[in-house]
Amino acid sequence: MSLTRSQVESIAHLARLDISEAELPVYADSLSKILSFVEQLSAADTSSVEPMAHPLDGESQRLRADEVSETDRHEKYQANAPAVTDALYLVPRVIE
Amino acid sequence: MTLHTLSVAELSAGLARREFSSVELTQHFLDRISSSNPALNAYITITAERALADARAADQAIAGGTAGVLTGIPVAQKDIFCTDGIRTTCGSRMLDNFISPYDATVVERLSAAGTVLLGKTNMDEFAMGSSNETSWYGPVRNPWDLAKVPGGSSGGSAAVVAARLAPVATGTDTGGSIRQPAALVGISGIKPTYGRVSRYGMIAFASSLDQAGIMAPSAEDCALFLQAIAGFDPRDSTSVDRPVPQYSAELNSPIKGLRIGILKEFFERGLEGPTGVLVNAVLDQYRALGAELVEVSCPNLPLSVPTYYVVAPAECSSNLSRFDGVRFGHRCENPRDLMDLYKRSRGEGFGSEVKRRIMTGAYVLSAGYYDAYYLKAQKVRSLITADFKAAFSQVDLLIGPTSPSPAFDLGAKVDDPITMYLNDIYTIGANLAGLPAMSIPCGFDGHLPVGVQLIGPHFGESRLLSAAHAYQSVTDFHRRIPAAYV
Repeated sequence: MSLTRSQVESIAHLARLDISEAELPVYADSLSKILSFVEQLSAADTSSVEPMAHPLDGESQRLRADEVSETDRHEKYQANAPAVTDALYLVPRVIE
Repeated sequence: MTLHTLSVAELSAGLARREFSSVELTQHFLDRISSSNPALNAYITITAERALADARAADQAIAGGTAGVLTGIPVAQKDIFCTDGIRTTCGSRMLDNFISPYDATVVERLSAAGTVLLGKTNMDEFAMGSSNETSWYGPVRNPWDLAKVPGGSSGGSAAVVAARLAPVATGTDTGGSIRQPAALVGISGIKPTYGRVSRYGMIAFASSLDQAGIMAPSAEDCALFLQAIAGFDPRDSTSVDRPVPQYSAELNSPIKGLRIGILKEFFERGLEGPTGVLVNAVLDQYRALGAELVEVSCPNLPLSVPTYYVVAPAECSSNLSRFDGVRFGHRCENPRDLMDLYKRSRGEGFGSEVKRRIMTGAYVLSAGYYDAYYLKAQKVRSLITADFKAAFSQVDLLIGPTSPSPAFDLGAKVDDPITMYLNDIYTIGANLAGLPAMSIPCGFDGHLPVGVQLIGPHFGESRLLSAAHAYQSVTDFHRRIPAAYV
């Protein structure tokens, strides 16, 4: 399994990661090695096996009632935001 | 003073008898941190003021007769646990400026138990690494040899306990991140059953694998602290609502007649060196204690590492999509547009190993590849889990090495991800199957400690701890402290 430079560029775009020109061949090499390494899974016979849904037998994700359980703490939470105005998160203009 | 050589139970008794105060105990550890942390780089943040305030409150509780068994005992938190009002970095530039607005459940419960927060420990970035070399804050050094790694990802927690810069530390374990560093620094570490400890406020890496646990010199110390953090939490949807046993009370459960399975797959490959000799000596010790040792096989276990390196990156690529440069965390300078903001904030905020795993995950989940990689890996995971289930129908516990070798040199494996990933060859199986597992020290290869691993059935923490305690009652490897930190 060998990834090309342009495949790495496209994966980086999907993952929203800025990767420099110089780093592309480095990632192409290490990602190719990882994909080759995990290819040994194909040798396992899984024709009659269900994919694992949860590590514990009989457990599943609990659901909760759709009720408000949190108080409004936006000021505390937004203290960590890079840019906020009037309790709104600011990003570069997206609608011209 | 030699307060740092006392066990948690001894510290608790000393506080109760007023032989020393929590303020004195806390100051003793803060002094040790001041002198030793610069070389070890094991704490990212030292919370001295908070620690002394916690200690004063603990001393009042002790004076007022309202103290519990952990009141006044100092603890270090891995910097993956959110701490209200205190910087929580997860070892990443992405969160270098992040002041958590709330406490993780583990932090909340240890505060409620009266413990003292010494600081936040260094770790591999977002818990991705086996050597603590991927941290934005630089590598942690192994207290037994400063040229060696302490293991990872909970390398800071491991080092602070080994050097006695804290009596106990928290850790997290997604593929071995508590057990492997515990082995490499000669301490005990327990990864509980998936769902046993709440992950609310624990920064997510791979959600079907992550679990919080305890790192301390002995199994007895681990039992006392696990008691405080285990149990149901409605704020974590994977938390299991099931009674928590009395771990300390069950520590002395008889070992005679206990059936321990020697995991064939762990002993047949590459275990010829000193690690193999030491682990085999542990088998003899358990026989001498009256346990019955039988060989068992988990034939699909050798596929653990490739299974993990599909499942974990896939889940990490999804979990780490929350870091977008908008709501919290690093934002790049002067973004041209929203896409540029996302890409450069993430490109700058994450280190190279995290980016590699995000991209691996994005690839294996992408259109056309999902069935071949992720679905296939989850099927192999079912096979591995079924192997363990069959093994536990024959035995009470499984035993094997924790790590293929003792601590390696800083820089030795950073350029080759596959070699680095193979450090976790013995630990990943327990994560894939959600099983509790622990590493305890079992001797030395030259001057470097070696660990042995015990794996239990789901919710078998009591049996793990009591088996470890039985071994530690007849050995003293868990009491050894590196000469520079005695």
